[in-house]
Amino acid sequence: MTREMTHDGPDADHRLDGMAQGVLGRGEPRPEGALKVTGRAVYTGDQQAPGMVHGALVRATITRGRVTTLNSATVLEMPGVLAVIDDPRLVRFSGQGATTKPPKADAAGVVYHGQPIALVVAETLEQARHAALRLTVDYAEEPGAVTGPEDPAAEVELPQKKQSETGAPDAALEAADTVIDRIYRTASMSSAPMEPHASLAEWQGGKLVLHSTLQMLASAQGQVAAALGIEPEDIRILAPHVGGGFGSKLGISPETVAAAIAAQQMRRPVSVVCTRPQSMETTSRRSETLQRIQMGADDEGRLTMIGHEALVSNLPGQKFSEPVQQATHFTYEAAHRRVVHRVARVHRLVAASVRAPGEAVGATAFECAMDELADKLGLCPVALRLRNIPKVEPGTGRPFSSHKLAEALTEGARRFGWEHRHASPRARREGEWWIGMGMSSLVRVNTVMEAKARVSLSLDGTALVETDMTDIGTGSYAILSQIAAEMLGLPMGSVETVLGDTDLPASSGSGGSFGAASTGSAVYLACLELRSRLAEAMGCPEPELTLKDGHAIHDNRKVPLSTLMGGAAMQAEGHLIPGEAEDKARQATWGAAFAEVGVNAITGEIRVRRMLGTFAIGRVLNAQTARSQALGGMIWGIGMALTEELVHDARDGHIVNRDLAEYHVPVNADVPALEVHFLEERDDWAPMQAKGIGELGICGAGAAIVNAVHNACGVRVRSLPMTVDKVLAGLVEAEADQG
Amino acid sequence: MRAFDYIRAGSCKDALAEAETPGTAFIAGGTNLLDLMKHEVMTPARLVDISRLDLRGITLTDAGLRVGALVSNSDLAADPLVRRHWPLLSRALLAGASGQLRNKATTGGNLLQRTRCYYFYDTAMPCNKREPGSGCAAIGGFNRIHAILGASEACIATHPSDMAVALRALSAEVELLAPGGGRRQVPLAAFYRLPGDTPHVETVLEPGEMIAAVLLPPAEGGRQIYRKVRDRASYAFALVSVAACLRMEQGRIAAAALAFGGLAHMPWRSADVEGTLIGEVPSAALFDRAADLLLAEAKGQGDNDFKIPLARRTLAAVLAEATAEDTEGDRA
Ligand SMILES: Cc1cc2nc3c(=O)[nH]c(=O)nc-3n(C[C@H](O)[C@H](O)[C@H](O)COP(=O)(O)OP(=O)(O)OC[C@H]3O[C@@H](n4cnc5c(N)ncnc54)[C@H](O)[C@@H]3O)c2cc1C
Ligand code: SF4
Repeated sequence: MTREMTHDGPDADHRLDGMAQGVLGRGEPRPEGALKVTGRAVYTGDQQAPGMVHGALVRATITRGRVTTLNSATVLEMPGVLAVIDDPRLVRFSGQGATTKPPKADAAGVVYHGQPIALVVAETLEQARHAALRLTVDYAEEPGAVTGPEDPAAEVELPQKKQSETGAPDAALEAADTVIDRIYRTASMSSAPMEPHASLAEWQGGKLVLHSTLQMLASAQGQVAAALGIEPEDIRILAPHVGGGFGSKLGISPETVAAAIAAQQMRRPVSVVCTRPQSMETTSRRSETLQRIQMGADDEGRLTMIGHEALVSNLPGQKFSEPVQQATHFTYEAAHRRVVHRVARVHRLVAASVRAPGEAVGATAFECAMDELADKLGLCPVALRLRNIPKVEPGTGRPFSSHKLAEALTEGARRFGWEHRHASPRARREGEWWIGMGMSSLVRVNTVMEAKARVSLSLDGTALVETDMTDIGTGSYAILSQIAAEMLGLPMGSVETVLGDTDLPASSGSGGSFGAASTGSAVYLACLELRSRLAEAMGCPEPELTLKDGHAIHDNRKVPLSTLMGGAAMQAEGHLIPGEAEDKARQATWGAAFAEVGVNAITGEIRVRRMLGTFAIGRVLNAQTARSQALGGMIWGIGMALTEELVHDARDGHIVNRDLAEYHVPVNADVPALEVHFLEERDDWAPMQAKGIGELGICGAGAAIVNAVHNACGVRVRSLPMTVDKVLAGLVEAEADQG
Repeated sequence: MRAFDYIRAGSCKDALAEAETPGTAFIAGGTNLLDLMKHEVMTPARLVDISRLDLRGITLTDAGLRVGALVSNSDLAADPLVRRHWPLLSRALLAGASGQLRNKATTGGNLLQRTRCYYFYDTAMPCNKREPGSGCAAIGGFNRIHAILGASEACIATHPSDMAVALRALSAEVELLAPGGGRRQVPLAAFYRLPGDTPHVETVLEPGEMIAAVLLPPAEGGRQIYRKVRDRASYAFALVSVAACLRMEQGRIAAAALAFGGLAHMPWRSADVEGTLIGEVPSAALFDRAADLLLAEAKGQGDNDFKIPLARRTLAAVLAEATAEDTEGDRA
């Protein structure tokens, strides 16, 4: 039996609040945590299969053109080398998420420097990699490679759907008392998950069994099928543990397809594990952005005009473009608005979703501009934001599903001690360090995805949750178990969750912060169905049934579940279908970030001293994993503000810093005490009243740091990351100004 | 990775004999060499593992401190004698890499670690250091971490070690063992080479020669400071670093030894800079003069232009700290 729910409107029932087990929302540790910290959780790169051989991707060393010859003969003579595969189905880069459309095939057609063009297969990993490095390739180079979005030769498109204008923005700007008109830049970025991209492919009687590092299995299954020209039913994908993805594993990657083709050709299992550089240069990246932000405000700091123009980049023909202005449409009130969205066609690694596509960079730049406006108005940055919160969604007039920005701002300010901030820069100095505070709003659209899950109740009093959902380090195992335990009245230890297998019901997968709420709702629905059947056996209406510690309770009766089940195990499926709810109300998560930084007056080095975030995400499903997500988001904010930049060589577009020694993610020493505070909330428009938390933390957090740096030392850096060189230039300039 | 033969040396003599075969490299901690081998930036046909040799001692002699080539960076940084008399060395070590790496990394290996130039690591790029005669991709490329002093048209790479900068300021010497049984001692000042037209030749080590120890002359007294400017708070190489040993007498600078990291193909030291300081009363103008001398020949490559003002400011700050009156002796 399947319990379906189409998500068409609000649900004020809050059934989960009426359950008795008391495990949901609690900080439950990950059930698979011990496996992970003791090295027993088997990740894709560690998978073995009898007779397995190894593949290594070969990299294009031109930016644009065609492979004319792979000089395979020389490497085929090397010890252990079995084959050089240049199948036309090999793909050029990673696919996008939530689509069954595979990434572009024909890897011999080179569109960026570093693109995989072939696979060398050998008995050992070392032999394969050695041969892949030694394989010489002849190319027919094509002229006209464009390596950066600001190259005047770049073709620039304006996708019609992404432009919008309300009122008379130019006139409003002209008439405004106070105006901001600034250009901000954010860097090209890497998802840089800890686990490198990897796949192990094996054909078993015409069926492909694929272990692969993927976030969304059902759509990936479709992508693999389309890429190989086989049926999705003939593919089984397994990904029980994924070591982070951050968008780069939403779609399939070059190594996925290469492993499958090689395994077919070799009639042996083939494992392809990317090197760290390959993990960074053959998958996908976040586009760099250039953002022009215009604001007009009246004397009281009410916005009259908002303009947000963005230039992003992607390969020619790619539909995805970093949705920079996604939240600009509804975050602040203003009668006159304009959004311009340009996409430059460049020959760089494909751009795709990286943690919080859109707001991560869009809200960050916008929140920097808000700080500049507050400064110009002589207004407290928190007050400016409070003054401009819309009552309904600007433009559409839709209601907000819930709106906690004001509370996030005031509660955050209170907890952080914002009142101690000096209004003007260079007011606080400790030795060589300028100290300052900054803040920003956090905002992220919220969405649910179709998801299915199966829950089975056994006579021994245990439950089994099954779905193809992935756990990318986020806590899916814990949360799905908690939902089932809460709904069925079982202790956590009595619920097992099995994930990451396309033979199981298709879930939402992990991405876009939608995983826990979407797939969690499918589990919830399956449990509701089981509850109905138990209630029937109990002879009471389902809402009156209390399930706790393996017993059903109603009136004065308490019956063990096994008794109630009448000797037969039970099973149900839940199926969440996104409906009209998303069109009827504007759903978003809200928060605020506050940062205190030190800026070294001599060197321009920045050290974040403390940071605090307030988060309104609807129901918190697991206090511990939610907090971890919030922390991770804020840390990404630190990275975006201070250190992370995928450097493309201006001459050929190739990624210069292709490893974790030179692509700088924040390390522990860069991360100070972080405080996370969740605002109690139920969003009726969200199934289970729970929204996403995976991305909100990044969506503006970097701006709190940028703004704090200005408050500290008076330097505004409008090009992220704010590395030492940029801050230093500002310090030197400020000193010169002061004589 | 290219296949290689692995030989575990039982004694220094064995190791040296094995190293006579061309294409042989020593491996100590392996924290640099293994990475380079995986990327095939270095492709030795034979590895002689010296990590089990008895070169782990730290001993105080009349001539100073003798540090065996295999003393780990962690052990050296934690050594009580080092912390007491050469705190500069301890601080420089602790400013480098990460705890895990320092546990593995050795004194000899640290001195011989190769540049972190991005293009050196990418075998698809021209690089005179990796492949003599192929060109230098960093010139005209992304060169934010590259040299502003002593670079050549063939190579603008920097030496990445923090430890070596401290050792240079401390006037350390390197003890080398030759395959034929010879033993020589080379001041660090003469150990490294500027790139010139042969950037692949980085030191005066002869083929098969092995570092046996590093020798530190007795500590001079005075104040010792290591200051490293980097892109993140830890686990990043120096953009600019300054190692200073400075002694004041009656309000004047009596002795000054200054070495700089992140600026050149080797730890940089300038007799002119030190000469201008010695005998003088500290002042901002004096520090400025010292910086002028240090940077007179400095040349930016575009992305690394900022190192010029950064080095100037960092030097001034270190000198101010080293000569400040309010504190005495070493500071933790
Ligand atoms: C991510 C990362 C970050 C780092 N950050 C820093 C940093 O911030 N600052 C810093 O200073 N360092 C840093 N390091 C470098 C680290 O200090 C060196 O890798 C380490 O010191 C090398 O020592 P090893 O014993 O492992 O050398 P190995 O890798 O074993 O050898 C390096 C070289 O020295 C040769 N060699 C080794 N011992 C001898 C000997 N006795 N005689 C002759 N030849 C010998 C080897 O043949 C090889 O060519 C970092 C390294 C990594 C990987
Ligand atoms: S700077 Fe030196 S190491 Fe770097 S590419 Fe040029 S030659 Fe090679």
